[in-house]
Amino acid sequence: MIDTMERPATLEKPVTADKETKKVKRVLIICSKGKLEDVYAALVMANGALMEGIEAKMFFTFFGLEAIKKTNADHLHTATVGNPAFMPGMPTVLAGLPGFEAFASFMMKKEMDKLEMPHVTEFFQMIDAGGGEIYACKLAADMFHLKKEDFIPEVKDIITVGDMYALAEGEGTHMVFI
Amino acid sequence: METVLTQALPVNKEGYLLDSKLWTPEWAKEVAAQLNITLTDKHFEVLKWLRDKHASGVPLTIRKVGASGLVDIKEFYALFPGGPLKISSKIAGIPKPASCI
Repeated sequence: MIDTMERPATLEKPVTADKETKKVKRVLIICSKGKLEDVYAALVMANGALMEGIEAKMFFTFFGLEAIKKTNADHLHTATVGNPAFMPGMPTVLAGLPGFEAFASFMMKKEMDKLEMPHVTEFFQMIDAGGGEIYACKLAADMFHLKKEDFIPEVKDIITVGDMYALAEGEGTHMVFI
Repeated sequence: METVLTQALPVNKEGYLLDSKLWTPEWAKEVAAQLNITLTDKHFEVLKWLRDKHASGVPLTIRKVGASGLVDIKEFYALFPGGPLKISSKIAGIPKPASCI
């Protein structure tokens, strides 16, 4: 049972005063990719921060915008071509067959459902409910001709790179780039 | 300042109750007070739900609490600010949640 499970000693160390003052207070997660696994990495980290009482801000740019587009958020795919870690030994010519990517993504989502991982839009709702903030990159939005109404309602604003750095202001901020 | 619990029960290094069966509402109130939370009936409803789920061996996640019908996720964060699942589990006298979602 979980009750009796011992964690490694390093995880159980009492929090020292030094550790207390240097705590992670805020994370800024920049997601520049639109692949299922990259977007989930960003979502899990942002939500995980909120669960620990750490402020979380997310900034989506370039292909990352796919994750916050109303029409696409729940239809992200994993890459079957150009991804050597995906089914090692699978010839690229087969992995590139029509429908293969959709099938692989479907299978992956099925595994995620088993772990009760929320779908992308629900994940954003959870992050929003937990006080997390979600932003889109102005330059990328302009480039892809996207407006605020094209994004899911949890997107607070479309902001510049300067505004993004302002989100990271303050001591104890960590930035993650995906 | 660290206040001393009048209802001292055995806890682990992180303050989680070692045996969830020893839990009492009075102990919960004191632990919550140390975390600057004043427990209301709503808090107790959530704590009871968490304890019931734990007793039946269900791994807990924030998402499940949100789907419990008692509180939505936003309310859960408001009831137990600063890491709701960890803090509520501590007050509920159940082990630290081992969930990533």
